This record gives sequence, structure tokens and C-alpha cells, in this order.
Amino acid sequence: MDGSTTTQTVGIVTPRIAKFTEPVALKCGAVIDEYELVYEAYGTLNRERSNAVLVCHALNASHHAAGVYADDPTDVGWWDNMIGPGKPVDTNRFFVIGVNNLGGCHGSTGPKSINPRTGKPWGGQFPVVTVEDWVATQARLADHLGIRQFAAVMGGSLGAMQALTWTIKYPERLRHALVIACTPSLSAQNIAFNEVARQAIITDPDFHGGDYYAHGTTPKRGLRVARMVGHITYLSDDEMASKFGRQLKYGKLAYSFDTEFEIESYLRYQGNKFAEYFDANTYLRITKVLDYFDPAFEHGGDLVRALAPAKASFLVISFTTDWRFSPERSREIVTALLDNRCDVTYAEIEAPHGHDAFLLDDVRYHRLVTAYFDRIGAETAADAGTGILHHGSKAAA
Amino acid sequence: MSGNGNGIQRSDFAAIAEWVRPGSRVLDLGCGDGTLLKYLKSKRNVSGYGVEIDDENILACVKNGVNVIQSDLERGLSEFEDRSFDYVILSQTLQAMKNSERIIKDMLRVGREGIVTFPNFGYWKNRLHIAAGYMPVSDNLPYQWFDTPNVHLCTIADFERFCRERRIRVVERKVLTNGKAVGLLPNLLGALAIYHFGNGAAK
Repeated sequence: MDGSTTTQTVGIVTPRIAKFTEPVALKCGAVIDEYELVYEAYGTLNRERSNAVLVCHALNASHHAAGVYADDPTDVGWWDNMIGPGKPVDTNRFFVIGVNNLGGCHGSTGPKSINPRTGKPWGGQFPVVTVEDWVATQARLADHLGIRQFAAVMGGSLGAMQALTWTIKYPERLRHALVIACTPSLSAQNIAFNEVARQAIITDPDFHGGDYYAHGTTPKRGLRVARMVGHITYLSDDEMASKFGRQLKYGKLAYSFDTEFEIESYLRYQGNKFAEYFDANTYLRITKVLDYFDPAFEHGGDLVRALAPAKASFLVISFTTDWRFSPERSREIVTALLDNRCDVTYAEIEAPHGHDAFLLDDVRYHRLVTAYFDRIGAETAADAGTGILHHGSKAAA
Repeated sequence: MSGNGNGIQRSDFAAIAEWVRPGSRVLDLGCGDGTLLKYLKSKRNVSGYGVEIDDENILACVKNGVNVIQSDLERGLSEFEDRSFDYVILSQTLQAMKNSERIIKDMLRVGREGIVTFPNFGYWKNRLHIAAGYMPVSDNLPYQWFDTPNVHLCTIADFERFCRERRIRVVERKVLTNGKAVGLLPNLLGALAIYHFGNGAAK
């Protein structure tokens, strides 16, 4: 990354809560009367309110995208290598917002929360949410913060699906979308992995139909397996081979079912860690959010038509070894954007790390995002004081 | 496929800009660092995209404020719809393509018209190198035989025969040497050829 000597962290951050009392009608038909979203913000919103960037999180992350907490300096934000002073998303320049999505388990209203209608945790009764529902509630958060239009909405993986959905549902409300390690829809194989994860949780005897809070249990065994399955799909075969190979934990075969290979040890560690803090009901719903994502579905499978409302400029990035959401899937998005004559730049980053690459500090990847945000920053600065609100511009016919 | 001559003052740019109608849609194949598109944006208010394979050039395009798609031209232009551009430009890249014929066909599928520039192998200085027994090395052909990316070099006469045989209509031609137009004996005196072509037989 350019100028890495000057990069710093955003430092100590404090989550904030936004309370919404206007009911939200979800895609599944359910209505949530009132809800809270927990969010963090870094940097300063300029006078024109034109420098806001929304960072959307993926499967297991949260609003805590950058910085650390005063009471836990080891709890570093999940995209801290991307966001901060002098970093690709430079908080000296941009006002960056991270939000925990509806149905999450990091402070926003979700299955763990009390359902005001019953006075008990929602549990299994919490509705199945969608990317569209998340984006609708994020838009309300933007209203709450007085942000009419984002300079950019960005995310990787499931976060990228939210950025893409913003361009369809609220085309006037963002100037740029960064769509990283995305896919226009999950493949049968993707859904299959998610279903294994769900079955692991649902068949755990501690699950109790999702109402495990009342039973004083948590379906940790299921959650552990779910996370292990997920983790396999985040890494590339090569990455696993180079990181673990067939290395044995204790140097020799034990002819038992204890952990023997390093990869087993790694997956168990990841599974255990995850099961300690993540809510199983949230995990179930997020896998459904992924499965349902398919903007082309409502347009007879035509992604070009689905993306027709988009007015933003796009940076689409994929990673060569990502077999979960492969570069070919990103190219489908790019082709549809080209057919809609949208401004789009597409980069295919050669990285060995598989799907997880979007979270890692790869020089080429970060330099590209830095350059793209420089461009956004230059536009934002050029418009400062003019009172102009961009509405994006499609490449003229 | 990466365009040749990044950062070098490219004499073909001004010639291309003269042909491109203001406000048109342009696809620049092997766009390098995006200099030509940036130039056409400022001079002719065009919109469009570059296609590049090289990581450093992709970064340079982003810095130049140019839309770019990272892709290998040898894979064809399947991302792009038929007739979705006014011009498809292939600037000093044709000679480095493995499948030169297919790219020309693809250019005329995706664009209404094509513009191609290439170093004229028939230029007298090149002929002199050959006559002396060596492969030519010059400003327009700055490589040694063992490290050149140029696998399909041709002369002006070769290219015109190619167009005639495939019923590709040459709209205009410019031939330059050291940035200056060449009128007389272009295949001998011209270092760089610039062709503007479209579908249909020659008039």
C-alpha cells in the first residue's frame, strides 16, 4: 500500500444505537413494529454530507469494522486493514459507517432480542430476512444520520450483495458501489453447503426449535459444525495445502478420532471460537439471506433488467482462487452492468487465499481500492460548496 | 494483452481523435494505462471502457479516471454486446495478438466501426534491417527478436489485402512517420499505419 508508514488505526471506537419506531414490512410478509440497529462511525461527516461511506458486513461480521474498544484493545474491527487514517478507505477524508444488520447478534434487533408483543426473546419466531430488507433498514439509518446520498456503499461477499442491491433499490442514494468477491446468486453447490450448516444447527438437541434461550442451552455443537463447513469454503485448496498440508499435530498417527491432522485442529478451533459468540438463530437466517439473494429472479432470470435502475459507478473486484464466488460469477455482474452502460471497472486479483482474500491485506487489491477512493474523494472535493448532489451518470449512449 | 508504449507520447492518439465523433461510445482494447481514453474523454467527450490484462495498467486506469475491464483479449469480447459501441479501438496491439483475425471480426461485431493502429513492417528502415540480415529494432518496434510480444507483424499492403479479402471496408487511412503524415509510397515511407474501417465491401 502507498504511504503505509502514515497509516494508523481509527483508535478507540464506540458503538451507537439507532432506534426505529416505524414498522418495517419484510419481504417474507412479516412486519417488525420497532427495532434497533447498532452502528459505528469513523471520520467526520462534511458540511455537504457528501463524504459518507457505508460498509456492509458479510456472514459473521458486525458493525465493528475498524478500530478497537476501550475495554478490549484486542477486539480489532473486521476490516481494520481497509478503513482508517491513510488506509484505502481514508477516514481523514470519508465518514465511514458500519452497521450490524437486522436479525444480527451483535446488538441490532435479532432473534436474541425481546419481542415486545410477547415479552420473550424472538427465538425461532424471528422472521427470515433478506438482503433487500437489510438495505431498506440501512436506508432508514442513513435517513436517521441525515445522509441523503452515500459517496460509496461497499462490501465483500454478502456485503457486496448489499452494495449491489443499494444500486437497484436506491439508485439515487449512492454515487459508487464497491462490489467485492460477489456473485449475482448462489450456485446449487453454495446452497448445498449452507444447507449442511443449517441441518447441523437444527438437528442439535440443544436447538429446541430456535427457542433455546428459554431452555438455557445453546446449540454449540451444531454451530461448530456449521462454521467448520463454512470455513472450508472460504479457503482455496492451495491455501489449505500450503498452510496445513498433511501435517500432524502430534507428529505421529494415533489411529483414533482425536484431532490428528493440523487442518482438523484448525477447523475445530475456528468452530469452537465461533460457537462461543455467535447466535445460531442469526447464523441460520444469514445463510437464508445468502440463498435467497438473486436480483435477476424477479426479472425472469435477466440480470441485465434487474440492474437497469443502477446509476452508480462500480468497482467490481474478484479473486482468482475464490471458488465459492468465482471470478466468472463477478463477470456476470460486470457483463450486466456493461449492457446497462453503467460506469464500471473490473479487476481480477491474483491471490492464493480463496474467498477470504477480500478481508486480507493484499497490495494490489488495496492499492486499487485506494486509487478508486482517491477518485471518489476528488469528485467529492470538487463538489464541496457547490451544493450539487450527484445522481450518478450512466455512460451516455 | 497489454498495449505497447505506455507513457510514451503516442503520435497515433491525435490522429484517432480526429476521426472519433464527439460524444461517441468507445471501447479501447489493450488500453494500457488509459491515456488514449483519457485523451478522447477530454478532446471528444467520449464515454466507454478500456480492456486490459495487466494489473499495473488496471491501477493506472483507475488513477486516470478511466473505466477498465480486466480481461484477456485472446479470450474474445464475449462480455460486450453486439453493436454496443460506436468505435472499437485496437491501438498498437494487433501485432501482439495470437488471433489477429478473430479480434478484427469481434471489433466489427461489438462496434459499428473499428480503428486499428500498427507498426508498418514495410517501412524502409525495417526493410534495411532485414536487408542487412537482422530483425528490425526501432522506436515503433522496440524489441529484440527473442523478447518481442509482436507475433503478427504486417505491412500496409498485407493489411489492405486482409481487409479486401474479408470485405472489410476501409473508411480512412493515415500513415505517419515521426508523427508526420506520409502521402507518397506509404508502405515504404510510413512507420505507423492507422486504419478506420467498417463492415461491408470497399466503395
